[in-house]
Amino acid sequence: MEAVAPPLVRFEAVTKRFGALTAVDRLSLDIARGAFFALLGPSGCGKTTLLRMLAGFEAPSEGRILLNGEDISAMPPHVRPVNMMFQSYALFPHLNVEKNIGFGLRQEKVARREIAARVEEMLALVRLQGYGRRRIDQLSGGQKQRVALARALIKRPSVLLLDEPLAALDKKLRAETQFELMELQRRLGTSFVIVTHDQDEAMTVADRIAVMDRGRLAQVGPPAQVYERPASRWVADFIGEVTLIEGRFSAPGIMQTLIGQVRVADAGVPLGETVWLGLRPEKVSIGGEKPAGDVNAVAGTLHEAGYRGDMSIYKVRLGDRSLMKVAVANTGTRQRDFSPGDVVWLSWPADAGMVLTQ
Amino acid sequence: MSRRAKVKRPGGGRLVVLIPYLWLIAFFLVPFVIVAKISLSQTAMALPPYTPVLDLAAGWEGLKQFAAQLSLDSYALLASDELYLRSYLKSLEVAGVSTALLLLIGYPMAYGIARSPRGLQPLLVMLVVLPFWTSFLIRVYAWINILQRDGLLNDVLLRLHIIDTPLAWLASDTAIYIGVVYSYLPFMVLPLYASLEKIDPTLLEAAADLGCPRWKAFWRVTLPLSWPGVAAGALLCFIPVTGEFVIPDLLGGSRTLMIGQTLWTEFFSNRDWPVASAIAVALLALLLVPILFYERLQKRAIGETP
Amino acid sequence: MQRTSAFNVVSVALGLAFLYLPIAILVVYSFNASRLVTIWGGWSLEWYRELLRDQPILDAAWMSLRIGALSASAATVLGTLAAVALTRGRRFRGRLLFSGMVYAPLVMPEVITGLSLLLLFVASGVDRGFWTVAAAHTTLTMCFVTVIVQSRLIGFDRSLEEAAMDLGCPPLRTFLTITLPLIWPAVAAGWMLAFSLSLDDLVIASFTTGPGATTLPIRIYSQVRLGVKPEINAICTIMIAVVALATVASSLAAKRGAMRRAREGLGVQV
Repeated sequence: MEAVAPPLVRFEAVTKRFGALTAVDRLSLDIARGAFFALLGPSGCGKTTLLRMLAGFEAPSEGRILLNGEDISAMPPHVRPVNMMFQSYALFPHLNVEKNIGFGLRQEKVARREIAARVEEMLALVRLQGYGRRRIDQLSGGQKQRVALARALIKRPSVLLLDEPLAALDKKLRAETQFELMELQRRLGTSFVIVTHDQDEAMTVADRIAVMDRGRLAQVGPPAQVYERPASRWVADFIGEVTLIEGRFSAPGIMQTLIGQVRVADAGVPLGETVWLGLRPEKVSIGGEKPAGDVNAVAGTLHEAGYRGDMSIYKVRLGDRSLMKVAVANTGTRQRDFSPGDVVWLSWPADAGMVLTQ
Repeated sequence: MSRRAKVKRPGGGRLVVLIPYLWLIAFFLVPFVIVAKISLSQTAMALPPYTPVLDLAAGWEGLKQFAAQLSLDSYALLASDELYLRSYLKSLEVAGVSTALLLLIGYPMAYGIARSPRGLQPLLVMLVVLPFWTSFLIRVYAWINILQRDGLLNDVLLRLHIIDTPLAWLASDTAIYIGVVYSYLPFMVLPLYASLEKIDPTLLEAAADLGCPRWKAFWRVTLPLSWPGVAAGALLCFIPVTGEFVIPDLLGGSRTLMIGQTLWTEFFSNRDWPVASAIAVALLALLLVPILFYERLQKRAIGETP
Repeated sequence: MQRTSAFNVVSVALGLAFLYLPIAILVVYSFNASRLVTIWGGWSLEWYRELLRDQPILDAAWMSLRIGALSASAATVLGTLAAVALTRGRRFRGRLLFSGMVYAPLVMPEVITGLSLLLLFVASGVDRGFWTVAAAHTTLTMCFVTVIVQSRLIGFDRSLEEAAMDLGCPPLRTFLTITLPLIWPAVAAGWMLAFSLSLDDLVIASFTTGPGATTLPIRIYSQVRLGVKPEINAICTIMIAVVALATVASSLAAKRGAMRRAREGLGVQV
């Protein structure tokens, strides 16, 4: 599924320094046309700085930024065909909703009648018909967000940037808005670049995710790839939950670890080198007896059991005193009555583990 | 490889700085240089009433001649004549005492406003500031009305039989203090209020929780936290009061001579511009430390220096 | 922190009384038919009539108003520019000197600034009069405008400007259409303050004025030295009334603006 067409946005070895602090470190990245792209990472990883460089509010210390093949590194923000939806929405308090939305078009000196028509169109698109004359301070959080979105989209930019757009919304509204955004992106075909620290959000909305760590790119790929085949322990740990087990391949497909011998799908790793086995909690089964069949099985003592409604989370202490996390969906067909202190058996098939070399 | 692009922010342009900068250099800096120069000149019965006059057309020779004619006579006069020394000391004394009085009166007022209901505070602040928007001269003049021999204060005191004969309130140090405190009160109350208002009320709750009675909490928490306001208010009053002219002139007596009056007299009555300039330079030197201190406080307040 | 004790109420009340009493007395006595302050002769507009016949004072008042308006407007422009430069501009050479010069008039004794400006005018051979006083007042009052505008700019939400630029507005137009409208109360307050200070100034005007440019404070001052004249009470009352009216008008305008916007918002729905 690699993009064949030339990328819409290309970061070429971009570095950004603020005094002694390097926020973005020689980062190269491509963003395809029509994609919903997410920049994901912990706070301070440089994702917002990268976004602001794309918008034009910061200039790269080194490197280039190309839009449609054109170097826009030196282009001021008001000239770029890129628009941003700000985290604080940044709606102009002294203008009403229509004037806010139409602001960008007025800068382009578009005729008044056309502005009015396109504003109406946008209001319909974000489902705020009739709100044109309202003052900004009369809107709810969700409404303000939609106005900010309409204001950014009305200029039909090549790229729409979203800076933590859903951070201020409550959980339910956030989920609804995520789907609205995805649908909007599909309809318009505009490239969306979203910055978020919420990995669930990134995985839900994005076609491709760029995981960043301290100014560098840790991994880029579709959500499934980043989740199932993380490039490093750090990525595996950052995205979702994972239990890491250190070990060495003694033979192809056989790993010697502190919890015993484990069968792993062959990863082509040289024998004897230290590697880590990553196990996602939902891929491990838990039971009272040793399971039959061609699976890895390990016994342990239940340390903690947590109930989350949709899932049950178990923490099991293994032979080498380490903790393995197991997540089981509460399908309700079987009652699992495990209490802390019980001996339980954990099992997983050979292809359920991820081999991580860094 | 890539051009070091500069993101132009609204207002970051060079012209924005240049216009006020040039104005200030022309109307603030250059005048001071001129004052300094004239303080080194000598009085003359001429127009302008001092020599030498810098004539750039005379070239280098003219410059050397100019430098040769400069003298420190005016400063010598300042140092030798007791009048000037007394004026300076008087000014410092008046400024110091009135600043103390202003703190004494202004602090409770500012504190009271900061502790009043939130909605009322802007109104109260406005009421304190409003007299300031009316003429300074008027307000001093209003006190003349009250303090003069046949004025209101004596009238009330006579009627209440507190005194037998009208007292001379005017032409005294007391009158000056009243005038200064009256005129400068907003300058003291505003910075005090600003810093008191910022104090987090939960700090006082924490103090109470830890066993501090009200007055002790004030002494140990509120007062120290309001030091910036106290310093700002004190400087904002002390420095200008030192050079005050109108108040001592209208309310003070002929015995009290503050440096502002001395300067005025030298300039307008004696037409001795060099001496007046020397007085100004000496006054500025005297106030330099407080002024710089105040500027540092301002910068810290707006977050420029730690 | 909101516990209002008796002490607080009393100190605020006393303080305000202290501030307003002399002014109140002055206003009342401007209507006093008797010349003497201690004798109440009944209500009379005599002194106001007397005032209207006093041409020099009226001329001086007109002069002050013109100088005030001109210098306030110039000071507002310069002061706002200075505030913007100090909060937004990058580190430019001479920034230290600049900020020093901007804040200094706040605390500098007026006799020093007045003297220095006069000497400047003399040295440059400029005829002293209306323009020199206006220039002097501009220099004096611009720092007050800077302080007010600066404190407003510091809390200003920069993302609004970024949003405007993002939508295609060049930096200068952003400042004029977004920033300025949102900080205009501070700018207006600055103008009013500069106007009051100019109207009020005696010392600097005395130093920098010339023949035919007598300002109102200069005129009042020369009269006052000769003793209290009830006419002065009248002109002072008028000045107080003007300032009070202007303040009330501006705050009403601000409130009316807010109400109008609220009405508009609740209004027409398609």
